[in-house]
Amino acid sequence: MSDYNFAYLDEQTKRMIRRAILKGVAVPGYQVPFASREMPMPYGWGTGGVQVTAACLTPGDTLKVIDQGADDTTNAVSIRKFFQRTAGVAVTESTAAATIIQTRHRIPETPLTEGQILVYQVPIPEPLRFLEPRETETRRMHALEDYGLMHVKLYEDIARNGAIATSYAYPVKVEGRYVMDPSPIPKFDNPKLSGSRALQVFGAGREQRIYAVPPYTDVVSLDFEDHPFEASKAPHACDLCGDDASYLDEVITDDSGGRMFVCSDTDHCAGRQAAGHRGRLSPQEDAA
Amino acid sequence: MYVAVKGGERAIDNAHAFLAEERRGDPAIPELTVAQIRAQMALAVNRVMAEGSLYDPDLAALAIKQSRGDLIEAIFLIRAYRTTLPRLGCSRPIDTGRMAAVRRVSATYKDLPGGQVLGPTFDYTHRLIDFALAAEGTAAQAPLASAPLGPVPRVTGFLDREGLIEDEPASEATPRDLTREPMELPADRALRLQALTRGDEGFILSLAYSSQRGYGRTHPFVGELRIGEVAVELDIPELGFAVEIGAITVTECETVNQFTGSRTQPPQFTRGYGLVFGQTERKAISMSLVDRALRWDELGEDNTGAPVQDQEFVLMHADNIQATGFLEHIKLPHYVDFQSELELVRRLRAGQQGAAE
Repeated sequence: MSDYNFAYLDEQTKRMIRRAILKGVAVPGYQVPFASREMPMPYGWGTGGVQVTAACLTPGDTLKVIDQGADDTTNAVSIRKFFQRTAGVAVTESTAAATIIQTRHRIPETPLTEGQILVYQVPIPEPLRFLEPRETETRRMHALEDYGLMHVKLYEDIARNGAIATSYAYPVKVEGRYVMDPSPIPKFDNPKLSGSRALQVFGAGREQRIYAVPPYTDVVSLDFEDHPFEASKAPHACDLCGDDASYLDEVITDDSGGRMFVCSDTDHCAGRQAAGHRGRLSPQEDAA
Repeated sequence: MYVAVKGGERAIDNAHAFLAEERRGDPAIPELTVAQIRAQMALAVNRVMAEGSLYDPDLAALAIKQSRGDLIEAIFLIRAYRTTLPRLGCSRPIDTGRMAAVRRVSATYKDLPGGQVLGPTFDYTHRLIDFALAAEGTAAQAPLASAPLGPVPRVTGFLDREGLIEDEPASEATPRDLTREPMELPADRALRLQALTRGDEGFILSLAYSSQRGYGRTHPFVGELRIGEVAVELDIPELGFAVEIGAITVTECETVNQFTGSRTQPPQFTRGYGLVFGQTERKAISMSLVDRALRWDELGEDNTGAPVQDQEFVLMHADNIQATGFLEHIKLPHYVDFQSELELVRRLRAGQQGAAE
C-alpha cells in the first residue's frame, strides 16, 4: 500500500508529536504525555521511537536505524524498511552520514554532530517505576524533585554488593533538575549523553511519553562522592578491529567455553577494519 | 569462528513467506472465505470489533483470517488500521432504550414489561459435543415470534421511578477520547468505561470474577442484559439535524448493586454499567462489575486494597495490545544489556571471592 501519508502518520498526529517534542526540549528530562498512536508494529518494539522519527523526518533526511548498536539486527531492519516504504527517505549505515538515527539500547561510538537527531526507543520511561509502581505517585515525586528514594536504592546496592548494581538504564540527572531514564543503554554509554552536539529525543509509545535532551545539556549519572560513577565494559579489545575503547558484545563460539569479543557498533567496527585496524581473530590476509 | 549476523532482511522475508504458507494450510482443503468467518465465527468477529474499537464485521473477519485465528493478533490488525482513519464526526449518543432487542433478560424480576427474551444464547444448552455438526448437517429452523420485539422499558427505569436506585443525570458534555489523548489519572467514569469496553475480555472477566469472590465485593444483580441493534445518528451541520447513518449491534448490561447509604445519602441501589460492540455478553457483564467496583471512592466505600478497586492497576493493564506487545518484546535482542549484566555479575563475584580469601 502506498496511499499512506509521508512517514505513515497523518500531519495532525505529527503536529501533536512535534508539540510534545518541543515541550520536551524546553524542559529537558521532563516526561511529556502525548497521545501515542497504535502503530503497525507492536508496542514495546519501538513504537515510541518510530512516532518520534516519523514526526522529525523530512524528505531530505538520511535515516539510520540500529538495535544493539547494529544496523542488521532484525527489528532495526524492520523499522528501516518501514520508513523506506512509507517515507521513501535515503537510508544509511554510516553514523556520520545520517541526519536522524533511531536507536535501541546503544549510542553510536562515533561522536554525533550538530544537526543530527538521535531518537531512542524507550520501554519504561519512568526512572522511579521499579521503586514506585504508581504513575500518579512518581509524577508527584518529579514535581517535588523528591528523589530520595532513588538515592536510597543506590545506597542499598552499595551496602549489599559494594557497588551500584545497575548496569544499564542507569539513571541520570538532566541539567540539575529531572532524574531521567536514559532508556536501556549500557551505562558505558551514559557519558555520551552529556554535552552531546546532537538533539536526543526519547519516545515511549505504550507509556505515552516523550522526553528530550537538547544539544549541549549537562547530564550527570547519579552516584556518590566515595562511589563515583564508572562507565564499564568488558575488559577486552575487539577481536575484529582491535579497538579497546568501544563497547563489546560477547559471542560464544563453541560449547567448551570459547568466546570472542566484537564491537557492538557494527558501523564503527566496519569503519575501523576498512581503515586497516585488525584484531586478535581477524582473518589473516596475505600482505600482497 | 565468528559468523557475522548478516542477512536479517532475507530471514524476515523468508519467515513471512513461511507464515503465509502456514496460514493457508493444506491447499487440498478449501480456503475459508471472509464471508464464512463473518457469518459462522460471529462471536469471534464481535470480540475483534469490540477490542479493536472498530465496528466493521467484514474487516474483523478478514483480520481473523489473516491472523490464523489468533484473536489478539486480529485485534491488533484492526487497531493499527483504525488509527489511520480520519475522524469525520462524532455520533449522537446511541439510545439503547430504543434497541431492537434479540435478547433481553433480567435476573431481578420474574416477569416484566417486554418479557424475558432468551434469544440466541448458549445458556441452558448442554455442553455436549454435537457430532452431527462434523457431518455438516443443516441447522434446525427456529420458530419465529408473531411480532418482533419493540422497544422495551428499562429495569433500572422501574427502580428509578421509586427513587430506589441512584440518579444518573444525563449530560451533554463530550467525553474525552482515550484514543486521541494520553490517559490521565485519575480517569473519570466515561474514560474508564472506554478503557474497559476495549480491554481484554479475559482480563476484565478475571477482575470481575475476583470481585465476586470477595476481592472488592459489590453484590451485583444483573438488572438487565439486552442485545440488539441500535441506530447511529450523526448531526450534519449543513442540515441542522441528525441523520441515521447505520445501525450497530451492541450488548448492554446494567447491574443493580447494594449500597448501604452514607451520611448524606439514604440506602439505595447503585449501578454498574457495561456496553460492548456485538453480542459479547460475558464481556458486558464483566465490564459492569468492574465499573461498579471502581466507583468505591465516589460512593464512599472502603478501599480494601483489592486489585479491581485499583483504577491505575485496572486501566494500565487492561489493553491486550499494549500488554502483548510489551510482553513479546522480550524476544527481541537484549544482548547489549545482558552483556553489561554479565560484566557486573562477574565483577561482583570476583569482589566477593577476593573478600573471602
